Amino acid sequence: MQANTLSGGFADPATQSAHAFRSVMEAMARPGTLRDIEGAAPPAPVSPAMGAVLLTLCDTETPIYLAGDMDCDAVRAWLSFHTGAPFVGPAHCMFAVGKWDALVPLAVYPIGTSEYPDRSATLIVECDALVTSGATLTGPGIKDHAALSLPEVEAFQANRRLFPLGLDFIFTCGERLAALPRSTEVSRSSVPARAHAGAS
Amino acid sequence: MTEYNFAYLDEQTKRMIRRAILKGLAIPGYQVPFASREMPMPYGWGTGGVQVSAAVLTPKDTFKVIDQGADDTTNAVSIRTFFQRTAGVATTTATSDATVIQTRHRIPEEPLHEGQILVYQVPIPEPLRFLEPRESETRKMHSLEEYGLMHVKLYEDISRHGHIATSYAYPVKVEGRYVMDPSPIPKFDNPKLGDMAAIQLFGAGREQRIYALPPYTQVVSLDFEDHPFEASKADHPCGMCGATDSYLDELIIDDLGGRMFVCSDTDYCEARQAAGHKGKDAA
Repeated sequence: MQANTLSGGFADPATQSAHAFRSVMEAMARPGTLRDIEGAAPPAPVSPAMGAVLLTLCDTETPIYLAGDMDCDAVRAWLSFHTGAPFVGPAHCMFAVGKWDALVPLAVYPIGTSEYPDRSATLIVECDALVTSGATLTGPGIKDHAALSLPEVEAFQANRRLFPLGLDFIFTCGERLAALPRSTEVSRSSVPARAHAGAS
Repeated sequence: MTEYNFAYLDEQTKRMIRRAILKGLAIPGYQVPFASREMPMPYGWGTGGVQVSAAVLTPKDTFKVIDQGADDTTNAVSIRTFFQRTAGVATTTATSDATVIQTRHRIPEEPLHEGQILVYQVPIPEPLRFLEPRESETRKMHSLEEYGLMHVKLYEDISRHGHIATSYAYPVKVEGRYVMDPSPIPKFDNPKLGDMAAIQLFGAGREQRIYALPPYTQVVSLDFEDHPFEASKADHPCGMCGATDSYLDELIIDDLGGRMFVCSDTDYCEARQAAGHKGKDAA
């Protein structure tokens, strides 16, 4: 076991994970906003933001799928030591971790059941860049509309059509993150009208 | 070791609650099951709200607790002191200064802003529970969007009383999908649920459910075209501060039938009185 396997966790887990969770929660509650998150120093290719998200949310009860080059000895050893999370394939994971190209296609991940839509995977996507421009977002958590640099549009539109089933996404880059819950409408064009379905 | 972990709960429990909160925010209005813990207070005293607060608080937060709008009741004081001691957070009674507000049965009068979190204590999270006691059935009804029974209940209100008599825990539909119990807030507060700038989190400890409303979420109180939803309150001004736009408590003040109406939101009322507003019963 290497020395850097044992280091790089939260120095003060209770308060650092509390701050990290607030960043994740604010991001999930307000899609299209960027949040700072810090405190973790994971081995490459895991970014500090992704490391902090994993330390905050994962433990022995959360099976993780490592996609592509995330699935390496250094990452496995670091996550095992700091979280104890089991590693599984995409069909049984609660969290999937990787770059977008390694994570797709999305059809393999659990999307929940109609009676328990919460039993679905959360994908933590490592991005080369993360900015508030690009695809247009509307839906819960967004006042009028927001924008986020998404790796593509169609996959998120297909995911939205599954609502209330579907996947939720956390995008990480460096020490920042953003999130996209399944409830968000994603479009390529400028400003779409917000759908107000089923108002009675 | 004499101290509790930060915010009382152990880290694994907080992670479990935090994962439930994230799924709740992703599926607005859907009740996420969670493994509720025993807390050092009885069920019915806000154990769900306390667990949600424990999972979201950071040492930098300023914490406010209200019980039916009041900062100074037993329940509010004890929960505020609990987190003062176990999380070391600053506390306040001023709505605008608080970053996390735990509430029992009210939404503050003062509009909340971005960056604030409102945590509700929920006794019965299932809006269909009194119509269908079986969890297996209500879960199926939510999955099939089968909410006809709730409309029948409201219709029976009209046929019996001439109007919808449900005055608190008035059911709402979230983003056109899930029917949700807003906790026993008066229906006066229902219009504030939708398009709120703050994050709203709901915790039911005994029933082991967490649900959430992200900011700016569409929330519609159920009604009928010919019997539209009406947010009602006692038709009086506040006796202490004279406010005509706040939700009022009726107080019996003697044994001769004397009574007065005062704001249920004590912070709102005190701030108005400090600003020089005076009601007819003010000393």
